[in-house]
Amino acid sequence: MIIGLDVGGTHTDAVLIGAEGMVRDIKVNTDPERLYETVMSALDRLLAGQEVADVKRVVLSTTLATNMVVQDKLPPVAMVVSAGPGIDPEHFRVGSHYFRVKGALDHSGRELEPVREKEIHALGAELKKLGLPAVGVVSKFSVRNAAHELAIARILESYVDKIFMGHLCSGALSFPRRIATTYLNAAVYPVHTNFFTAVHSSLAKKGISHPIRILKPDGGNMNMSSSLTYPAQTILSGPSASVMGAIAHAPKDKTCLVLDIGGTTTDMAIILNGAPVIAQNGIEIGSYKTLIRALLTKSIGIGGDSVVRVREGKLAIGPDRGGAAMAHGGPQPTPTDAMCVLGMIEQGDRDKAAAGLAVISAELGLAVIEAAEQILHTACENIMRAADEMVDQINSRPVYTVHEMCEGVKIRPDYLLVLGGPAGQFAGRLAEMFKGEVEIVPNWRVANAIGCALARTTCEVTVYADTARRVITAQGEEYHREISRTFTLDDARKVAFELVRKKAAARGANEEHLKMEVLEESQFNMIRRFSTVGKNIRVRAQVKPGLIHGYDAESGTLNRADL
Amino acid sequence: MLHAKNRTGLVFFPAFDWAISPTHPEREERLLYTQDQVFEEGLLDIDGIVELKPDLVTIKDIQRVHFCVPDPWKVSTESHFISAGGAKTIGMAVMDGTIDRGFALVRPPGHHANRVVHGARGFCNINIEAIMIEYLRRAYGVDRVAIIDTDCHHGDGTQDIYWHDPDTLFISIHQDGRTLYPGSGFINEFGGPNAAGTTVNIPLPPETCDDGMLYAVKNAVLPILDEFKPQLIINSAGQDNHYSDPITNMNISAQGYAQLTELLKADIAVLEGGYSIEGALPYVNAGIIMAMAGLDYSSLREPDYEPEYLRQPASLTRSIERTCDEVMTMWRRRTELRGPGKKAGQYDTRNRQIFYDTDNIFETQEETVRICDDCGGSLRIDSISNRRRILGVHIPRNACPACREQGLQWYEESSSSRFQHIFLQDRITDRFLEKK
Ligand SMILES: [Zn+2]
Ligand SMILES: [Zn+2]
Repeated sequence: MIIGLDVGGTHTDAVLIGAEGMVRDIKVNTDPERLYETVMSALDRLLAGQEVADVKRVVLSTTLATNMVVQDKLPPVAMVVSAGPGIDPEHFRVGSHYFRVKGALDHSGRELEPVREKEIHALGAELKKLGLPAVGVVSKFSVRNAAHELAIARILESYVDKIFMGHLCSGALSFPRRIATTYLNAAVYPVHTNFFTAVHSSLAKKGISHPIRILKPDGGNMNMSSSLTYPAQTILSGPSASVMGAIAHAPKDKTCLVLDIGGTTTDMAIILNGAPVIAQNGIEIGSYKTLIRALLTKSIGIGGDSVVRVREGKLAIGPDRGGAAMAHGGPQPTPTDAMCVLGMIEQGDRDKAAAGLAVISAELGLAVIEAAEQILHTACENIMRAADEMVDQINSRPVYTVHEMCEGVKIRPDYLLVLGGPAGQFAGRLAEMFKGEVEIVPNWRVANAIGCALARTTCEVTVYADTARRVITAQGEEYHREISRTFTLDDARKVAFELVRKKAAARGANEEHLKMEVLEESQFNMIRRFSTVGKNIRVRAQVKPGLIHGYDAESGTLNRADL
Repeated sequence: MLHAKNRTGLVFFPAFDWAISPTHPEREERLLYTQDQVFEEGLLDIDGIVELKPDLVTIKDIQRVHFCVPDPWKVSTESHFISAGGAKTIGMAVMDGTIDRGFALVRPPGHHANRVVHGARGFCNINIEAIMIEYLRRAYGVDRVAIIDTDCHHGDGTQDIYWHDPDTLFISIHQDGRTLYPGSGFINEFGGPNAAGTTVNIPLPPETCDDGMLYAVKNAVLPILDEFKPQLIINSAGQDNHYSDPITNMNISAQGYAQLTELLKADIAVLEGGYSIEGALPYVNAGIIMAMAGLDYSSLREPDYEPEYLRQPASLTRSIERTCDEVMTMWRRRTELRGPGKKAGQYDTRNRQIFYDTDNIFETQEETVRICDDCGGSLRIDSISNRRRILGVHIPRNACPACREQGLQWYEESSSSRFQHIFLQDRITDRFLEKK
């Protein structure tokens, strides 16, 4: 059996899935101040009366790291940055202890200025005096050549406990984002480690000793030991849980728009032919722009409990939430009240809801029923407009080849998947505005926890080969080999897949069922003085995000002997 | 957090799958390291800098500017439609006010493409700046435009297209034509009889350094711009003046280019040449983007930058000063330049031989313009290549009735027995016709 548990801002959802499908699902309130207790009480309720020995996998998605970043509760850590010529790295300052050191590399990883050992030793002594637990080390172009980060880390090792290096975060280029990402890894690390160690040992006491897995914002998971190297990759995993929960119901030949309609917000995403669309850049959270890969999601402030107002004679919904709906004793009218008045929901005090809407309807000069209809219509319209903007954003992504420019197909959603609390009530109205089929995701109340439980273990690898310098490197994987001058794109692809396989296995994937794909590849003839001196080859490969092997979406059953 | 002082748009289209030929300077690899540098510096993440996806230009956009022989498809590729489209995208975003200024970092380039196009010359097929400008004039009613061409090679194609247009100021700063392709761009090339003075050439001696280039900008380009008062300033931002460029002989650095950009304050920059793909382009492009956005570029420099080797001798400085003096004298006396005996209603012809080095085509051209005090004058271009003979009639967008009448008459009376193609570019009605 598999446990999937998703800690959300308001609720924590958990499911237990066995060979026969859903065994149990529960929902408890989240206490943001006491996440550990929230998780343990949810697990207790989920497992009450169950044979825990049958639990073979536990996947968690938590708001632990997200909350630390959003609430600005990151502990002090040191950042050591070497930039060389270019934008002044002072602009990328993060945290309370930011140090700039000598050393520079160029765009191909060639050294322009060496690291000064003396300088780093002196810095190490200072860090030791400051008593900082963790340090992030980042140099510009370290994904082309990690030598400087490694040299700095090797010296600092004897002064500090834990070091995070930029080149291990991602193979992508962006010095500022590498700094922010490395910083978040270092800063999240202590709390992350304590939390999951505690959850793990509590589970072990209950008899579940399998390593915990943690969901990432790209819709895949990693095991706990990998998460200690990349703790920031647990940030903002919530939206991906819902998307992965919907994915089983997304037809393989359709462009699906996923709408997760909650109390305060609606989260949206696109599933293209069965695979979720990945965001072009890493996640942005608070003031941090990162290299942390994520599914492309968009959140807008419209949900069942959004405040409804009239502004300049027009309905305005959200983005704020004033509390519960008036039908449930809340302070301000909401879309939920509109549903209540229209008899679309059983629960709630219809009179209170009507009284709330009376103010709105008077301002609009409409009957209460008409106002209620208009509120739902406007909410749906706003949601669909935001979805159109997201689709436009995908379609206007820049491309860099003539082929992509001319062959590039524009996506247009032709299938709508709705989940979340008011999914049932909204679906009908959305169908009137949407060209295509509309489906409510079964188990929509806990689809996010199901997504957690069933997500694959994923990873991504970037490989860079230069046959003139006769090297192939994958800095993120600490891979560095000599190659011959005749090394080809095909060879580079093989290396990339081999590295993805290795990394995925280390993260806990079952190697037999790996679904790997190339994300991007290119090769350039390098011409110097009118003759070819070599090839510049680049390959980015990944485990395709999706559901684990053996899960049958039709029947909801799980056919995996090992789980 | 970094904020751009000017909202700056960037179209980046490196055409990673397009080359003139595998080892040609204009090949797939050209902007690879520029991409690496721009991405690693995080320039596209800076608040106020946006990346825009290029549009494609239409056949109509191309024919508004060019007589393509036999047609636009035969003399260009998709890649040209995209690079011109990238310039157009930036132009539209500036006019719409979504950005303050923008840079089309695109390839292939276009400033050697003339009004008549039989093929590629100087790596250029269609003139991407002219296509953008004429689109903006049509769509947004822009009138006065200045183009400052800072490519190391004389922008002879752009000069040809605007030779007779008094509303377009074309200034080219380049390595002296006696020492470099295309061998033109001398001070005495100052525009046709109806547009005398609005073509300005500033040839600089080989080995000119940052100081010399910036002197010319401050003492010739800026004063002329001040007087001309353009509504839009376009910079044809070639980067082959760089000290490491393999096909030229100048000594300009990335700092020099950034300062130049800051001084020009162009609304729109469009990449032209520049073939030091590892040692110059990554830094020069980063410098141009930072300068356009109003960011501090003072710590940007090339890995091998040694300012002490990039100082020009005093004799060279004096020669540049003399050139600028001459240019300014010509500019002040531009109304006299039209010359005696050139009366409205008469005709002026120029006969030229044009070599298409990239495609190995010879063209012989006779261009006739109606001399006019009221407009740029209609043109009749009789062009013979070793393949075809065509007649192109151009009626300018603000043609006076007499010139328009003359243009239509040239088109009507031409005989298809003499020409394989007879084209009419009537900018008054924005139509392009071919006589069948
Ligand atoms: Zn050039
Ligand atoms: Zn006229």
